[in-house]
Amino acid sequence: MSESGIPGGIAAIVEGEPSGPRRMVLNMGPQHPSTHGVLRLVLELDGEIIMRCQPELGYLHTGIEKEFEVKNYQQAVTLTDRVDYLAPLSNNLGYCLAVEKLLGLEIPPQAQWMRVMLTELTRLNSHLVWLGTHALDIGAMSVFLYCFREREDILRIFEMFSGQRMMTSYFRIGGLALEPPRGWAQRVKKFLDVFPSRVDEYEDLLTNNRIWIGRTRGIGRISLEDMLDLGVTGPMLRAAGLKIDARKDEPYSSYEKFDFEVPTRTENDVYARYQVRIEEMRQSARIARQAMEGMPEGPWKAADEHVVLPDREKMKTQMEALIYHFKIVTEGFRVPEGEVYQVIESPRGELGFYVVGDGTAKPYRVHMRTPSFGNLQGTSKMVEGGLLADMIAAIGSMDFVLGDTDR
Amino acid sequence: MLPDNLREFAVAAAVETFDPAAVTGGKHERGELTLEIASGAIAGVCGFLKRECRFIRLSTVTAVDRYPAEPRFEVVYHLHSIERKERLRLKCRLGGGKPEIESVTSVWRSAGWYEREVFDLFGIAFLNHPDLRRIMMPDDWEGHPLRKDYPVTGQRV
Repeated sequence: MSESGIPGGIAAIVEGEPSGPRRMVLNMGPQHPSTHGVLRLVLELDGEIIMRCQPELGYLHTGIEKEFEVKNYQQAVTLTDRVDYLAPLSNNLGYCLAVEKLLGLEIPPQAQWMRVMLTELTRLNSHLVWLGTHALDIGAMSVFLYCFREREDILRIFEMFSGQRMMTSYFRIGGLALEPPRGWAQRVKKFLDVFPSRVDEYEDLLTNNRIWIGRTRGIGRISLEDMLDLGVTGPMLRAAGLKIDARKDEPYSSYEKFDFEVPTRTENDVYARYQVRIEEMRQSARIARQAMEGMPEGPWKAADEHVVLPDREKMKTQMEALIYHFKIVTEGFRVPEGEVYQVIESPRGELGFYVVGDGTAKPYRVHMRTPSFGNLQGTSKMVEGGLLADMIAAIGSMDFVLGDTDR
Repeated sequence: MLPDNLREFAVAAAVETFDPAAVTGGKHERGELTLEIASGAIAGVCGFLKRECRFIRLSTVTAVDRYPAEPRFEVVYHLHSIERKERLRLKCRLGGGKPEIESVTSVWRSAGWYEREVFDLFGIAFLNHPDLRRIMMPDDWEGHPLRKDYPVTGQRV
């Protein structure tokens, strides 16, 4: 008896000649609730077994990369939120870091640490949505409600900082959009004090749950070599035993100053990916706490009057500040010619921003290497040969966002 | 020809030794190494880089349209070596008339979708690609949206 419960294993059926009349083609999506967005999968089935799987994308293609070319550098920050709408601050960060690298801009420590804290809260936000919906797909309804309870707290924190729950655009080129609000530390502390116990609650519901284990263990296997070759990144690789994390390997925004672990598992199945993400939540809370407690004093935006808007007070009293303000608002700032590729670790994996400047105030070209796009390329390899009923669990474990895929 | 200041980079030197004619230029700016590769040699160079220099991952493939300048297109590859924590950018220039370049899908399968995206949005053909068709836009779409001569707004008449 093989793991899938079929005598003789799946391979015997898959590798044999198709038994003619039993073969059928099933269209899944683009409006299927379990595809978390508008993904379309065309499946060729032999009974309950998936013989071939062909993903179709583009239903959410909005031409964001084209839109970048007609916006000022600073205006374009708002576009990045809308790419991966579950992790807006990670996208803000990737883009801002890329442009700041082009400008050669030095970001003050407080802004860097604030960015770290908020991107880690974003990671929690994203993982919570993933856990809730993934469990819902598999049939565990209550986990969803628990996860969204904590997500609400995080969104309220985002609202406190930026005035927005989801499309925050809080990181700007040169630092932060606004001064951190009064009382932010207490608010974040209150959340971080209870959060670890909430993760325990999710684990109580799932980790030793027989149904959960039955639905996830040994499901959705794909070899590490295949994943690397197909462009899969992030928690998927870590659940296959590869310790890879841009926060450690290519630190940005002072991540090297924080103490955290990169969790890995070796089982390389849906359950291992669940364990990795649960542990990542604990680690993210740990990083956010370090950032909150050790938050450096000082300015929250860079001291470059050509790029960063002056303080209101200065603008009203100094002629020069007023001129800079006028210039930045009406024309934007010029970014020198050149190209950069900035990679960060988004909740889903490797997020890369390739920004080409041509000396004007608008980007010549922005390309986003989004983790969901790369991850989805592994779908066929992962689900082919498996049972149809396991496919929902398998693709759920990839944690893709279609806005991130199609852009 | 590899610029002299890039000889100190092991990867650049290795590529030049592998195929001296392949490297047409390069630069090291803002800590990022770029090698310009003759478009005919791209698949060979990529195969070498993966095999001998351990660039296991292809991070992304994209393009830049320099319209109206010629050669019009730059196809840009970002490679990643996990062991050495190193990244490398390769760039090929293509003329605007009938832009085509050898696919690197035989080296990394991940190039499959990345190249389809470039084909869809820039209209650059990848030779010997196993499944070259549009990926973002509908199959019957006319034009390639990320080209600079494609309008951002407006209606088709």
